[in-house]
Amino acid sequence: METGEEVMIITGTRKGIGKYLAEYYIGKGYTVFGCSRGEPTIKSDSYEHFCLDVADEPAVAKMVRSIYKKRKRIDVLINNAGAASMNHVLLTPLSSVEAMFRTNVYGTFLFSREVAKCMANNKYGRIVNLVTIAIPLKLEGESVYVASKSAVERFTQVLAKELASFNITCNSVGPTPVSTDLIRSVPEEKIQKILDSLMIKRLGTFEDISNVIDFFIAKSSAYITGQTIYLGGG
Amino acid sequence: MAIDRRKVLETVYASIETINEERENKESQLELKEETRLVGRQSKLDSLKFVGLIIDIEQRLADELGIEISLTDEKAMSQARSPFRNVQSLVDYICSLEV
Repeated sequence: METGEEVMIITGTRKGIGKYLAEYYIGKGYTVFGCSRGEPTIKSDSYEHFCLDVADEPAVAKMVRSIYKKRKRIDVLINNAGAASMNHVLLTPLSSVEAMFRTNVYGTFLFSREVAKCMANNKYGRIVNLVTIAIPLKLEGESVYVASKSAVERFTQVLAKELASFNITCNSVGPTPVSTDLIRSVPEEKIQKILDSLMIKRLGTFEDISNVIDFFIAKSSAYITGQTIYLGGG
Repeated sequence: MAIDRRKVLETVYASIETINEERENKESQLELKEETRLVGRQSKLDSLKFVGLIIDIEQRLADELGIEISLTDEKAMSQARSPFRNVQSLVDYICSLEV
């Protein structure tokens, strides 16, 4: 692959928001390294894919080290990989809880830890974690998803404190429903109910999300850390 | 794979020297000897410098010796006596890891 200037890691790039973000930032001149459990769907000289489970500690460490060894820098990490499952709490199997926490919490933790080691070495970094509008809306039927993403949000805030002295900022963006696989199984009336509770009553777009990430990762955002921006005025 | 203790010790010293280079005051520099304390009251490293040292050692082990380990695994954290207390215990700990 060609060597672009700035290096970005995005998790969960096979489809949806992650795929969009990878293509968007490739378009902006980044060299993007992505991952997913499935085969890659992005073809670009500025993109390299790793097939892994984000909660697989040795695999994550190996991926991050190999990138840092090759490029000597990792400027941006976007923890996008996410799993959701909508269910009443009384009908939720423990296996769903484990699956969501593995992807959403363990994955975010592992990538943040491994990438932050590299960023700390270079005394620069931007970490952005994807959370959800379902947190402030306290959406019924999404208790475990909200619990796992709330963990990510609070983790991000403490991470921001611990990494501030290394010149690494950590922030979260909370998207509203966007037309992706994640909400495909959610009934239409449920989506409408969510939209009705927003200040701006429409589905989110991929561009709404990249707009916030652009702000968080800008060089000029060095004084912005530990923050969460929810889209749609949730 | 057996780890060469002498090479690990040299790697740890190289990381310490990097920290010393940032310190003009001789008093605040860490001595390059196995008894040098890394954590606790007798250490000249604050918690952030200590984290930076561990990160640097991990990177050097991977880059220079091809040893890819995480020094912050459960094994290290669960030991009654911290393997990070001084240079000697850290080097011994690294050499005890299976790679």
